[in-house]
Amino acid sequence: MSVLVRIPTPLRSLTKGQAEVQAAADSVGSLIEDLEKQYPGLKERLVDDGGEVRRFINFYVNEEDIRFLQGAKTALKTGDQVSIVPAIAGGR
Amino acid sequence: MERLKGLKCRECGRYYPSSPVHVCEFCFGPLEVDYDYEVIGQLISRKRIEAGPSSIWRYADLLPLNFAEGEAHIGQAVGFTPLIRARNLAEELGVRELYVKNDSVCHPTWSFKDRVVAVAINKAKEFGFDTVACASTGNLANSVAAHSAEARLKSYIFIPADLERGKVITTLVYGPTLVAVEGTYDEVNRLCAEVGDKYRWAFANINIRPYYAEGSKTYGYEIAEQLGWRAPAHVVVPCAGGSLITKIHKAFKELRMLGLIPEGKTSMYAAQAAGCGPIVTMIKKDSDVLEPVRPCTIAKSLAIGNPADGYYAYRVAKDTGGYGEHAQDEEIVEGMQLLARTEGIFTETAGGVTVAATKKLIESGRIPRDEPIVICITGNGLKTPDVFYDRLSVDVTIRPSLAVFDQALADLKSKAGA
Repeated sequence: MSVLVRIPTPLRSLTKGQAEVQAAADSVGSLIEDLEKQYPGLKERLVDDGGEVRRFINFYVNEEDIRFLQGAKTALKTGDQVSIVPAIAGGR
Repeated sequence: MERLKGLKCRECGRYYPSSPVHVCEFCFGPLEVDYDYEVIGQLISRKRIEAGPSSIWRYADLLPLNFAEGEAHIGQAVGFTPLIRARNLAEELGVRELYVKNDSVCHPTWSFKDRVVAVAINKAKEFGFDTVACASTGNLANSVAAHSAEARLKSYIFIPADLERGKVITTLVYGPTLVAVEGTYDEVNRLCAEVGDKYRWAFANINIRPYYAEGSKTYGYEIAEQLGWRAPAHVVVPCAGGSLITKIHKAFKELRMLGLIPEGKTSMYAAQAAGCGPIVTMIKKDSDVLEPVRPCTIAKSLAIGNPADGYYAYRVAKDTGGYGEHAQDEEIVEGMQLLARTEGIFTETAGGVTVAATKKLIESGRIPRDEPIVICITGNGLKTPDVFYDRLSVDVTIRPSLAVFDQALADLKSKAGA
């Protein structure tokens, strides 16, 4: 499954400056693994030591927060768009 | 010696030079302004503050801007709003000492958001931006539009498409570009995080956020100064993104550290709507994991289901021995009416949430009845009278005749007496 992933500025140093990359994955969890394979070092920035998505990072699949879906188990299909967005923003 | 040292990650402690960034490149934690309190301590005194202007700028030593002496600021009259001893409301709630910090009359757009935006816009100018932007549920939109008009900056303002008409008009009048997004505030906010990554704009609550958020501290400084240089024992704060409660707490902490107020303890309480209360839910469950919600409440200015500072707001309530309470829509309306009828203050729904939550916290014994309490009223009721259209009506309509009025008055009195 090929999906489009939007990379936030703080992580672009690891994706050679690319704001969007392609990844092959059938779930958010396997997406993180594929990103790590393509861009080593990315995984530790996305998940903590316990393997959970870091507190200050949100994942969105086709604009929906994965915490409203199945979290890291959320399924992906070809053509899906995934956004990785820092959690710290906003305020009325 | 420099008063401002740059930015520092609140989580991992990494340092960054002063720049328009808001998250740590490594751990994604929030960046905070790093002050040199030794330098500030040598500058600041009660006397110096009291001699300053009647605005937030009397606390300029504790704000992250580099103003030359006498330089004009954008938003000169922002802040220094009344702190009112609310004797009638205190009697109604059965407490001894209650104060209302009334930002429903904050200049120029009638909410506490003028404090944060004044700091953000001045900072955006300092950084050399020509365009400012924000994601907003209304109050922030008003304030960014007004201040960018004054600063002669372009502005792009993103709001949820279903925002109250009052808040749309009170934004449009200042001439920004207003973008209505079909979605919740959280969706607007997520879009803006991506827009902000692409366009070089000063997003008040995104890349300027570390500076912007510091403006909220002035709300706390004013409470302490207006109480005669002391902090209250209890403060009830409405929570949306969760930043205000943490910054009021920080304000008291700084004032204590600088010796401007005596040592002591202030318990912080979070007020949220039942239809969007993820922070209060964390407090009640004593869990540090924020579970986002889809908002469903009349308190639209608090309708953030995925609050950025949720974790820190939870920590502040917990660490200070405070608590939190949810308010149902009907309780929110009653809270607005209670404040209006006892103190003559018309607040927006967020204020109704605060009053309703305070009432519950007192009734449940979480807030003791014999210690000083401050409630934070942060927005004006005139922007969102919508909630009352179906609830309030004229008592009687008459012809312009004294005899008719005499009869109507008698009828009203007998109805009231019945």
